[in-house]
Amino acid sequence: MFTDFLIALTMLTNFTLVATSRVNKAIQLAVFQGILLGLIPIAMGLGKHLHILLVAAAAIAVKGWLIPFLLRRAVTQAHIYREVDPYVGYTVSLLLCAAGTGLSLMLAHSLPLKPGSTPTFLVPAALATLFTGFLLLVSRRKALTQVVGYLVLENGIYLFGLLLVEDMPVLVETGILLDLFVGVFVMGIVINHIHVAFDSTDTSYLAELKD
Amino acid sequence: MALLLILLPLAAAALAFLLKDSTLRVRLLPATGALHLVLLLLVLRAWRELPHNAWLGLDALGGWVLLVVSVLFLICALYAPSYLSLRPDRDHRVFTVCILAFLGLASLLALARHPGVVWVAMETTTLVTAPLVYFNRNRRSIEATWKYLVLGSVGIALALLGTLFVAYSAHMGGLEEPLHFNRLMAAGASLSRPWLRAGFVLTLVGYGTKMGLAPLHSWKPDAYGETPGIVGALLAGGVTSCAFLALLRIYAVVVAAGEGPFARELLLGFGLLSMVWALVFMVGQVDFKRLLAYSSVEHMGILVFGIGIGGLAARFALFHLAANALVKSVLFLSAGNIHRSYASKQLPQVTGAIRRTPVSAGLFFLGFLAITGLPPFAPFISEFQIASAALTTGHLASGAAFLVLLGGIFLTMSDTVMQVVFGVPSPQRIRTPYKDTFATTAPLVLAMVLALALGIHLPAPLRALLEGASSALEGNPPVPVVSLTGVAQVVQTEVRP
Repeated sequence: MFTDFLIALTMLTNFTLVATSRVNKAIQLAVFQGILLGLIPIAMGLGKHLHILLVAAAAIAVKGWLIPFLLRRAVTQAHIYREVDPYVGYTVSLLLCAAGTGLSLMLAHSLPLKPGSTPTFLVPAALATLFTGFLLLVSRRKALTQVVGYLVLENGIYLFGLLLVEDMPVLVETGILLDLFVGVFVMGIVINHIHVAFDSTDTSYLAELKD
Repeated sequence: MALLLILLPLAAAALAFLLKDSTLRVRLLPATGALHLVLLLLVLRAWRELPHNAWLGLDALGGWVLLVVSVLFLICALYAPSYLSLRPDRDHRVFTVCILAFLGLASLLALARHPGVVWVAMETTTLVTAPLVYFNRNRRSIEATWKYLVLGSVGIALALLGTLFVAYSAHMGGLEEPLHFNRLMAAGASLSRPWLRAGFVLTLVGYGTKMGLAPLHSWKPDAYGETPGIVGALLAGGVTSCAFLALLRIYAVVVAAGEGPFARELLLGFGLLSMVWALVFMVGQVDFKRLLAYSSVEHMGILVFGIGIGGLAARFALFHLAANALVKSVLFLSAGNIHRSYASKQLPQVTGAIRRTPVSAGLFFLGFLAITGLPPFAPFISEFQIASAALTTGHLASGAAFLVLLGGIFLTMSDTVMQVVFGVPSPQRIRTPYKDTFATTAPLVLAMVLALALGIHLPAPLRALLEGASSALEGNPPVPVVSLTGVAQVVQTEVRP
């Protein structure tokens, strides 16, 4: 019951994410979503497995503390506070997000779940969050908002991973988490270089190379 | 000992980070490369059983791909000291550390027996190669780096989702973690089909982005065009080979589950599309490094096309992996030399390079002849065999399209290459102090000779390795080479109808 509530909240976060223009708020929302996901395994009553508890704690620490720290630093270094003039407007983004969520529900319906497992919204929520991440990645101009999109995309994948949480080896899960962290770290460095080179982090300036 | 294959380059990377003396640091590259190759050959000699429960272990498929990467790395590492001495203005520390770390991660990927570990290794290669793309530190290279990083990360995220889908299909089939490839393949029949199919599509898109299959290749011309030739060679022959291996691992599971025809149809489509796309963008291409990038898109297409035909063509696709890596290293390194000599990589500034840098331009021309499939070089063998396998197994339309595309690509590529090599020297050309030296050309000659030798004769141990590697792609449990942990168990050979 509480799990469904958390999953529903995750899906609602998607809508707020695509509708916000403030970069700081987008970061906050992605972080909030990351923490929600970290709580789901505990709400599923898996807190008694020590390794799941540890991985969930690590996920919350990385997504709720380390990554926002990196992103906020990038915000202050590059002085970007607003997403101005995105490629796709906020209203259209909202509509697309709604359509994507609907589609995810339909798509998830056609993929069978393991017989005997409790019916869950994890699969549609994962697909919807994945779609939201994509939407942010392709429709926003600022490099930082694109990183937020990447984080949301990863959140979607993490949601799906919860279906397998009891089975997944700790080694693999920590590897994935570490890669996410290093990925955002490297992207933060590149954003800083973009800012120095172009005096802006608008990725529409990055259009010199083409055929 | 196989574990050393991973640890040696990583330790060398750590050492390179700590070393203050830059000449010593640069010398680490050829030393590590040579040691890695020797180690790998020793490991490949010691054939043993590969246990079901091993997390790391070298099978024939991983061994073959790692051999290709290791040889390519050695060629690049031999070239690196002379190249870096031409660029005293650039920070060599990050370059050396990243390039060494890449070798370690490629070894991890080749040895990994679990899809999750394969994914982690692949993602990390993206992260360590991103600073290499940014070597020139200008606006153009940062644009290329951003595209490489974002597209690569998104692609690889999809591959992760695909990997999870495959894991869920095993979960539904009642298979417990850890899902080592041997277990996944042995339990092929019980995997859930819808999840496995969806998982394969996602991993194809994900690892396909890293390989640079059209239409997911848009980062490729930018990244290859803006990096030094040496990084281009490593990306085009090394990183793409790793991504191809990651894809083949999932493909082998899909085949073992009896979904081979579905997967092969997709691979065939992606292969031909990549070749068409490469052909279209090669027409009138004035930038010869971008031209090579599109050639790389084409050859990734040939690889998946060969797998898509299956059987003998799949074996020669694996052979083509080696042929492509060797010839691409000649092409990218000689293109880098020409670029250095003219301070430009575009027509009409660069014409008639054969007069100014005769050795590099001559090798560039030979590389072009080899990569477009002229005998007696190695790519001719693989391209010819893939085409004939396609035509004799009933893929008449695909086989004919394959041959037409190869011919078209030869013609369009020759247009630019002939001007670069033999054209009338342009009045706009710039003088630079660069001259071909022994150190900047000998590694290229070595690669060219290897490509020629492979085209004439494939030694028996390599043939055996190649046969073992291609048998894994037919859904047979992988041929064991060597394992690291656990007690050796006899690999159950499942009899398939």
